[in-house]
Amino acid sequence: MFTEAIEKILTDLCTPAQVRAVENGDCASALWRELEDGGFLELLTPEVADGAGLSLAAVFPIFLAFGRHALPLPVAQSIAARALMRDCPHAPPTGMLSLAGTAYREADGRLCAPRMAYGALADFALVNLGGELLLLDCSQAQRVRSGVHGSQCATLYWPQDAEGISLGSNGSEVRLFSAAIHAAAIAGAMEKALDMTLEYCNDRVQFGKAIGKFQAVQHQLSVMAEQVAASRIAAELAFASNATVPDALATAIAKARTSMAVPQVTATAHALFGAIGVTEELDLQLFTRRLQEWRVSEGSETHWNGLVGQALLAQPQVGASEFVRNVIPSQPA
Amino acid sequence: MSSLLDAFRLTALPEHAEAFRAEVKHFLAAHLPRVSADVRARSWTGFDAAFSRELARRGWVGLTLPQAYGGAGLDAFSRFVLVEELLSAGAPVAAHWIADRQSGPLILKFGSDAQKDFYLPRICAGQAFFCIGMSEPNSGSDLASVRSRATRCEGGWRLSGRKIWTTNAHHADYMIALVRTSGAPEDRQSGLSQFIIDLKQPGISIRPIVDLAGDAHFSEVAFDDVLLGEDALVGEEGSGWKQVNAELAFERSGPERFYSSVVLLDLWADTLRRNGASAAETALLGSFITQLTSLRNLSLALTALLAKGESPVVEAALVKDIGTEFEQAIPAAIAASISADPDAPVDEELYRTVAYLNQVAPTFSLRGGTREILRGMIARGLGLR
Repeated sequence: MFTEAIEKILTDLCTPAQVRAVENGDCASALWRELEDGGFLELLTPEVADGAGLSLAAVFPIFLAFGRHALPLPVAQSIAARALMRDCPHAPPTGMLSLAGTAYREADGRLCAPRMAYGALADFALVNLGGELLLLDCSQAQRVRSGVHGSQCATLYWPQDAEGISLGSNGSEVRLFSAAIHAAAIAGAMEKALDMTLEYCNDRVQFGKAIGKFQAVQHQLSVMAEQVAASRIAAELAFASNATVPDALATAIAKARTSMAVPQVTATAHALFGAIGVTEELDLQLFTRRLQEWRVSEGSETHWNGLVGQALLAQPQVGASEFVRNVIPSQPA
Repeated sequence: MSSLLDAFRLTALPEHAEAFRAEVKHFLAAHLPRVSADVRARSWTGFDAAFSRELARRGWVGLTLPQAYGGAGLDAFSRFVLVEELLSAGAPVAAHWIADRQSGPLILKFGSDAQKDFYLPRICAGQAFFCIGMSEPNSGSDLASVRSRATRCEGGWRLSGRKIWTTNAHHADYMIALVRTSGAPEDRQSGLSQFIIDLKQPGISIRPIVDLAGDAHFSEVAFDDVLLGEDALVGEEGSGWKQVNAELAFERSGPERFYSSVVLLDLWADTLRRNGASAAETALLGSFITQLTSLRNLSLALTALLAKGESPVVEAALVKDIGTEFEQAIPAAIAASISADPDAPVDEELYRTVAYLNQVAPTFSLRGGTREILRGMIARGLGLR
C-alpha cells in the first residue's frame, strides 16, 4: 500500500527534470512536502508513536524505489533517523535529516562529517561520532561540496561550540543503516540502468538490425542482469531481520555485494549506449553517477568485505556454507 | 523491471528442511571418508559406490521420490539442504548424483508405471546408477543436432551412434540418452526421443577418457545396432527435447553450481586462521563469502519455485552462469594469494587442492550447458530476441 503510493508520487514528482533541478540547487519543496505531509517519513516509527510501524522488510521495496527514481532527497535517511532515535526523548526535528556514518574532531576542535550523503541540502544530521549518536543542525555547519559534478555529497564542519544533542551510544548504527540504505539504492538504480539499456538495445539499429540482436551485446546484457539480480537479493538481506536496525553482517554483505557490481554494471550500460550515454541530456547519467558515488559512500566493498572476512575468521570450525546460512539471525517474513 | 529478475526474492528455508540438516550432519560425521582436501575437492565427480549406498540406506538417494518407491518423499528444500551439506563436506556423491538429481525425477514424471516400478526402487536403493547421454562427437552445445538414431524394429528399437563426455558412463548401470527417432539432424528439436539403456547389453562399448587432472570422470560410449525393448522409450516418442528441457531447472539451479570450490575455500580460511591474514586476504575471503551469500539466496529462490512445481529454466541458467564464474574465480584468486611471496611456506594439501581446482575449473562452466548457451537463454529471457 505504502509502496504503491510512494511509487506514484515518485513517478509524478521525481522526474528526471526534477532530479536535475535539485542537483542544480532547487530545493524540491513540492516533492519533499508530498512525502512529509503524507506521513511517509514515519514508516519505521512505531504505531504507538503515530507511525506506520513497518518492518525493515516492508520498507525495502520503498528504498529500492528511491534508487530506481534517483530520488535526490534524503528521504530514506530521514525515515531511518526516526528508527535510530526510537529511544530518545527528543522528537525528530522537522526538515531533511541525513546520516553521517563517520565523523571526527579536527585538531582545532571542529566536528567534521566527511562527504555526507545529501550533505549539500540536509537540514539536520544524525552523526556517528566514535560510537556516540549526535543530532546536529546543519545550518550551523560550513558545507564544502565534494567538487564532483552533480554530487549532493558535502563535507560538513561544525564549529567547536556547535550545539549538538547527544542521543545515545548507538552511533555505530548510523553507519549500518546508511550502508543498508545505500545498498538498496544501488540495487534500485541498477534495475533502472538495466531496463534503460535493454530498451535502448532493442531500439537502436546498426548494420540493419537492433543491436540487441547481436550475440556480443546479448551476452553483455545477460551478465549485467546477473549482477543486478545478485545485488538486489543481497540488498534485500540487509532488510530481512525483524530488528529495528539492519543486521551488521547482513548489511556488510549487502553493501559489499552491491558495491562490487557497480563497476561492471555501469561500464556495460555505458558501453552499450555509446557516446550518447555519457551526455548530460540522456537520463542514464543520473543513475550511473549515483552508482559510482554510492559504491564508495560509507565504505566501498573493500571495507565491508574486510568485515565479512574478519567475522568468518573469528569463528573457528565454521565453514563457508555454515557461515553463510546463518547470516540472517531471524527468518524473513 | 525485467520480469526475468522477479523470480529472485529472498526466501528462507522452511523449518522442516533446517531440521533435516542435523540428520545429514550426523550422518556425515560417521560416514564421510577421511581423505585429504584435494580428494574431497572432487565433490560431485568423486565416485564412491559404498558411500552412495550408505546414503541410500537412509532414503537419501531419490530423496524427493515417493516413499512407495523407497525414496524419502521430501521436497526440493530438503534436497537443497542435503546437497549443500554433501558438497560443503566434499562428499563423494558422483555415483548416485545423476540418478538422484535428474533420472529419478524424469522417470517419475514421464515414465510408464512399469518403468517407475522397475527403476525407481533400484535408484533409491543405490543399485541403479545413471548417466545422461547428451553430447556426441559432432553435437556439443548444438545438442539438437544429435545423430545417434533409434529405428523401429520387431519388438522395439535398434540404436546406433555414439555419445561422448558422458559423466560416469563407465561406472553407470543405465544411460538415459537423447537420440533421433525420426527425421534428420536438420529437423532439429523435433524427432528426438529419450531411451533408458542398460549399459551391460551387447553392442555397447564404453571408453573412459582421462582428463588433465589424471581422472577419468567422463567417457565415450558407442552403440552398434543395440536392440532396445519397447519399454526402453521414456515418455513420448518425439518429445525428447521437451522432456530434456523439463530437467534443466533441476540441473542448473542447485548449490552444485557455486559450491565446487567450497572445500578449498574452507581449507584456505583455516590456513588464514592459523597463520594470520593480511587485510587484503581478509577482504578477499570476505568477498567470496559475500558472493556466496548472494548466490545461495538466488538458488534458494528458485528452489522455492521448484518446490511449487514450477520450472524456472531461464532463471536457472542465470544462477548457473554467475555461480560457475564464482567457483572458477576462487582457485584462481587463492593461487595468486598463497604464492604472492615465494619465500613463504605453502601448506602442501592447500597447494594440491588449489592446483587441482585450477586444472578442472574450466569444466565448471562447460558441464550442464556452456556459458555461451546460457547467456543466449538469459538474453532471450530479457526479451532480446
